Order: sequence, then C-alpha cells, then structure tokens
Amino acid sequence: MMTRKTLDLWVGVFVAIGLGALLFLALKVGNLASFSAAETYLIKANFDNIGGLKKRAPVKSAGVVVGRVEDIGFDTETYEATVAMSIDKRYEFPKDTSAKILTAGLLGEQYIGLSAGGDTGKLKDGDKLKVTQSAVVLENLISQFLFNKAADSNKNSK
Amino acid sequence: MNAVTGFLENIGGRATSSIHRLGFASRFLLLMLQNSGMCFRRFSLIVREIYSAGVLSLIIILVSGLFVGMVLGLQGYDTLERYGSSSALGVLVALSLVRELGPVVAGLLFASRAGSAITAEIGLMKATEQLDAMEMMAVDPIARVIAPRFWAGVISMPLLAAMFSGMGVFGGYLVGVRLIGVDEGSFWSQMQSAVDFREDILNGVIKSVVFGIAVTWIAVFEGYDAPPTAEGVSGATTRTVVTSSLSILALDFMLTAFMFRGA
Repeated sequence: MMTRKTLDLWVGVFVAIGLGALLFLALKVGNLASFSAAETYLIKANFDNIGGLKKRAPVKSAGVVVGRVEDIGFDTETYEATVAMSIDKRYEFPKDTSAKILTAGLLGEQYIGLSAGGDTGKLKDGDKLKVTQSAVVLENLISQFLFNKAADSNKNSK
Repeated sequence: MNAVTGFLENIGGRATSSIHRLGFASRFLLLMLQNSGMCFRRFSLIVREIYSAGVLSLIIILVSGLFVGMVLGLQGYDTLERYGSSSALGVLVALSLVRELGPVVAGLLFASRAGSAITAEIGLMKATEQLDAMEMMAVDPIARVIAPRFWAGVISMPLLAAMFSGMGVFGGYLVGVRLIGVDEGSFWSQMQSAVDFREDILNGVIKSVVFGIAVTWIAVFEGYDAPPTAEGVSGATTRTVVTSSLSILALDFMLTAFMFRGA
C-alpha cells in the first residue's frame, strides 16, 4: 500500500494537470482572454436584410475586430432587422459611423463592417447607427443580372 | 402455444425487472447522497479513490487524446484542403474535441478503465462479505465504501475530459502545424475566434460532469447489486461497461440537442 504522502502527491499532480488543461482550453483554445474581460458599450442598427448574420459574429472596422454582435431581433413596426453590437470601450466611433454587412471570402461567414464618419461627437452606449447597408443576397443579384440581360436582348432585337 | 406465452412472459419479466432495478438504483443514489457527508469530512477517503479512478487512468486518457487529435488533424486537413480552407484546421480540431470527442471518448474510456474496476471491487467486497462485516462493526458501507468512490469519479471525470481535449488540441497542432505545415498563426487565431468559452468549453465541462455522475452511479450500483458469486461479479462488470457506454451516448445526444440547437 502506498503511503499517505505519495498518494496525496499523485492526486495533487493529477488535479493540477486537470486544472492546467482547463486553463489551456480557456485561454489558448477559447477566447476568454481576448474579449469577454474587456468592457464594452452597446450600439444598435437597423438593417433591411441581414442575410446570414449570426449572434457573436465579429464587428470589424478597417479589418480589426472591435466588437461582437450581441443580439438580433425583428422590428414589427418597420419590418426591419435590429442588430445590437457590443463594442470594446477602447474603440470610440464618431456619431455618423455607418454599418455594412459584409462577407469574409466568397462564401465565408458574415460580419459587420463599421466605417467611421467625420462627426466630432462620439457614439455612446445605446446609440443607434443611422446609415446602414444590408447584406448582399446572392439570389437578388442573380435575378437583377438576368433582368438586365433580358432587357438588353429586347433592345437588340428591336 | 406454450412457447408463445413463455416468450411473452419472458419479455414482461425483463421489463418489470429492469424498472424494478431502475427504482432501486434511484433509491440507492438518494441514499448515497444522504450518506456522503462523512466522506467530505474525511477527505482522504476520496483522495485515495481519486488516485485509483483518476490518476491511474491518466496514461490511457493522455495517449488516446493525443492520437485522436492527431487523426483529426490528418483527416481534417485532407477534407479542408479540397475547399482551400486548411487554415480552419484549428477550428475543426478544437471544436470537435471540446464539444463532443473530449467528454464522450474520455467518458467511454473512463467507463471501461475505472467504472469496471469500481464494479468489480465493490462486487467482490460484497461476495466476500466484507460489506456485511462492516455493517456488523457499525460502519455504514455506503458512507465508507460507496460514496467516496462515487464522488471521486464525479471529481475525476471533468478533469480527465479537459486533459483529453487539451492533449487532442496539442496532437492536432503537432500534425497540422509541425508535420503538414499549416500556418501556425491562423491555426491558433482562427481557433480562438471560433471557440467560445461559455458556449463551447463550459458546455463541454457540463457534459463531462454529467457523464461522470452517470458512469460512477452505474458502476457503484452494479457492484452493490451484483449477485455474490464469481459469475455475478463478472456479469455486473460487463453490464457496467455496456450500460454506462450506452447512457453516455444517449445523454450526449440529449445534452447536445439542448446546448447547441440553433444558436
């Protein structure tokens, strides 16, 4: 039988490795270190169409991730999508910042791109963005293209 | 005619006896929880059992985690490469390990490595009348023998699953980055942006806790309920492995349906 001391030592090593693995998962594999610790403020925006945007999608400005999509809802009065974004407190944006829904790569995930305007006032917690641009829906693009083609061929035949 | 009624009788008997056993198992769990105060006051009892259930499972968990991660790295690279997105290899390896493979495979290994040992030990203690002897000495065998083993399993299982996932991610890194040459920066950064702490890692930990409870509960119950013969103990050990493996997979389906539906 093993003595009490060696037993405690082994169990201690075991628990330490286990907690170390959890810490590794949380810090190196997961995003605990990078985002949830930082303070954020919330801004809102309405979009005609959000395409495939999902909760927790990144919010980028000039390609840098500055926040996350916090919540997506539907406004029953204007029939628009309402998107709430939490933005890192370190990054302040002018009041006339505009938001676009963009796609990473050809078929990649969708994210929100913020482009700063020239206003001197800064966005505060709970503010709403006025200028937004919807997601590009592939079907609409294709049908537009086809209609244009049809119109062209009509003109040529006359 | 006789054969048909005999067959029906057999089915009915099996159904009622399994429900009977389920009821006894639930009562046994309650009894065990009520009597587990003593083993928390004498924590060395649990420590001893953590050694045999957790520390001795360490090697098999770490080695299989490493290999599962390396296989994921190879297979994932092969598939992702066709779509030109081999930089997402880290995401694939980490998400599949943290969400599913870590808790489930570690749970299956734990059931066959530690669960069977617990059943065999308790079953043999019962067969050799050690449990009865304890009761004669006014020592409650449930508080002294059963409860520490249960809690040791519940504590060890999440730690083992976390080690499995961590080792697997490391294995995926070895194959993906070191061997094949996926870009190291995008391997880690895409992984970090895709794996959420609450959504993925914490849910994986919750899964492993649930599996730990299920496996050790089944193991101690089968041991306690085993017929006190050599055949009975061997049958109980087999049943532990089969039942706990099946219940891990069924529970995993249910938990996944709750946790990751939609989002």
